[in-house]
Amino acid sequence: MNLKLLSVVVASALVLAGSVAYGGVAFARYRSAQDAPSSAAALHAPGPAAAASGPRIVFRDTAPGQDYGHVASAPLDDPGGTRTVTPLVCDRVYETDAYLSCLQTQAGVVTTYTATLFDSSGGVVKKWGLPGLPSRTRISHDGRLAAFTSFVTGSAYATVGFSTATDVYSIATGHDYGNIEQFALRIDGRVNTAADRNIWGVTFVPGDDDAFFATAATGGHTWLVRGSLGARTLTSVHETAECPSVSPDGTRVAFKVNVSKTATAYWNLAVLDLGTGALTMLPDRRDVDDQVEWLDDSTVLYGLPHAGTPGDYDVWAEAADGTQPPSLLIPHAWSPAVITP
Amino acid sequence: MYITLSDPGAKASASPTPGGARSLSTRVSSTVIAMGVVSMFTDISSESVSAVLPLYITAAMGMSTIAYGFIDGIYQGVSAVVRIGGGWAADRTDQPKWVAFLGYGLSALARVWLLFATGFGALAAVIAADRIGKGIRTAPRDALITASSTPDNLGRSFGVHRMLDTIGAAVGPLLAFVILAVLPQGYSAIFVLSLAFAIIGVLVLGVIVRNGHPAREAGRAPARRLWRLADLRLPGMPRLLVATGALGLITVGDGFIYLVLQSRSSFAAQWFPLLYVGTNVVFLALAIPLGRLADRVGRGRVFLFGHVALLACYLVATVSAGGVAITLACLALLGAFYAATDGVLSALTSQLTPPEGTASGIAATQTVTAVARLLASTGFGVLWFAVGRDGAMWIAAAAAVLAICVALGMLRPMLGARP
Repeated sequence: MNLKLLSVVVASALVLAGSVAYGGVAFARYRSAQDAPSSAAALHAPGPAAAASGPRIVFRDTAPGQDYGHVASAPLDDPGGTRTVTPLVCDRVYETDAYLSCLQTQAGVVTTYTATLFDSSGGVVKKWGLPGLPSRTRISHDGRLAAFTSFVTGSAYATVGFSTATDVYSIATGHDYGNIEQFALRIDGRVNTAADRNIWGVTFVPGDDDAFFATAATGGHTWLVRGSLGARTLTSVHETAECPSVSPDGTRVAFKVNVSKTATAYWNLAVLDLGTGALTMLPDRRDVDDQVEWLDDSTVLYGLPHAGTPGDYDVWAEAADGTQPPSLLIPHAWSPAVITP
Repeated sequence: MYITLSDPGAKASASPTPGGARSLSTRVSSTVIAMGVVSMFTDISSESVSAVLPLYITAAMGMSTIAYGFIDGIYQGVSAVVRIGGGWAADRTDQPKWVAFLGYGLSALARVWLLFATGFGALAAVIAADRIGKGIRTAPRDALITASSTPDNLGRSFGVHRMLDTIGAAVGPLLAFVILAVLPQGYSAIFVLSLAFAIIGVLVLGVIVRNGHPAREAGRAPARRLWRLADLRLPGMPRLLVATGALGLITVGDGFIYLVLQSRSSFAAQWFPLLYVGTNVVFLALAIPLGRLADRVGRGRVFLFGHVALLACYLVATVSAGGVAITLACLALLGAFYAATDGVLSALTSQLTPPEGTASGIAATQTVTAVARLLASTGFGVLWFAVGRDGAMWIAAAAAVLAICVALGMLRPMLGARP
């Protein structure tokens, strides 16, 4: 073996060994953090069937430590108290008293993304492959409809910018409506067939098997749209609105409004009264990137990053009429779902 | 580095390489293999980062996917601009190895910077630096491969290089995802490993790869002057540039083809993040066979054949109802397209250029291709917006027929087996 080759092989081996050693240290640190007790007080449920019942808020546990990413819940009357953690790990989660929707990244040699619908005993009702990173999911409160949104992303070889895919599934009939991007879209009365249209963030209208709201986007603008599953239509209701959420009484829709003057989005929350058309901007001026969940008819919940810890979030509560300043409801939590009997 | 790509069926016609290294013309020289190894390590380095970049930006840094689209745009635009400069510098200095070294070195430095980059601006700057490095190195690298080959095995040499290069592009993402599977949030471990592979690539290039001087070794003076338009007036060059430009204009980009497949087939939708792996596997499997075929039947023919495969891919994706077989057929055609065009274009260009102008010539055809493809994907995006997915695909297919006819006319003098 000549000297040049030998020196390159030795140097390469050293460089590789160094990076593997770095990876080993990172792995050891990760394991010890994983095994460390969660920074939030928690009980551990052995399975979904043994998980908490009764009025509660289900969320994704983001407390650093062994419970990170797990689905957890806290009693409705003591949301910041001891949480019950389940073995299930999700990127996005939504639960009603009958079903749970879990969007997951299946990391592996081949990284894939899935949406899984579980029943209350933990059995899989249906499972879907997603074309990219999980984004939003909702189940109607009567447990008849489910929806999930993912980004359409690939590697650097397959990226053409921002694109989403949103599917609606009828749990009651077993009918898959498929990607609702195919629904006929009307904006301000005119049919829109733009190829760059994207639909995301479905919310179901309580007590209605057909109606839902969602976000439609095309040409750099966004709209709150009202959808009909039977007619396969989407009709614009209000411009500049994303990730809507219908109030339990069905009279108002909360959504995020892009208030940024630059290309980088900055969202604040607003509530639209469907009867009067009155729009109320909520007082929280932080950048909110979440789909609101209603605690009751007068309070909205949403997640915000926990300052100083990447990947950690807190759930905040705010009066839906904008009269009260926001308050911290559940620390180290994200993706809340309110379950009331 | 001990890979010998001997071939039992090869005819042993002993003609020395221009560099004087003793090798059989039907084998590829050790310099080509060493350059392939450099590209392999560098691609493991860059593709492991590229593959997790959308996740890193959105999941770890908490930015939106729109930001990712912007960063991806930087990726596309930057390298075309500096490519001409890299080719010109390689010809003018007659030192393609060290110009390429500068490019590889810059990308390796960008990896160091990546470890400390926080925030959108820093990340965008790191990626721009990485792509500038790629732009600088591409033409000198191909010129060095040309200088280390004979006219008889040029296609095969590029085939060997592109195969090794594509192996790197396939291994990188897999390695990155294995790390993420074992170590969630293990982005810094991926970046450190990526830096290690970049350093190894630079080491192999700096120490092992022979420093070729294409002009001096051919007994000619290096072009010690500014680049001139006259350099493109070599016999055949204007025709080749028109042909590559026309064909580039109908290459709309894999991303759009994958989106069409995804909307038509649930199989493609489920495996969307992995479709490019299928394309790469076919590319690396066919790179050498099609390179050899190009040596035998003519590089112009194989180059055109590659675009016929692309046209077939458009038609298959548009006409059929979808399904597993259609998705796989499309990926195979796309892989064949890359195997028949990527290295073959450089081989075709170098047979038209004198040794002191090879890098500039390769830079010119590659830049024309890159700019035309950028126009094609932008234009296709507008078409998709205006007439819908199927209409846009039909127009692309019709344009492809036209472009292939134009290219056929332009390349007619170059279609012989021994041009």
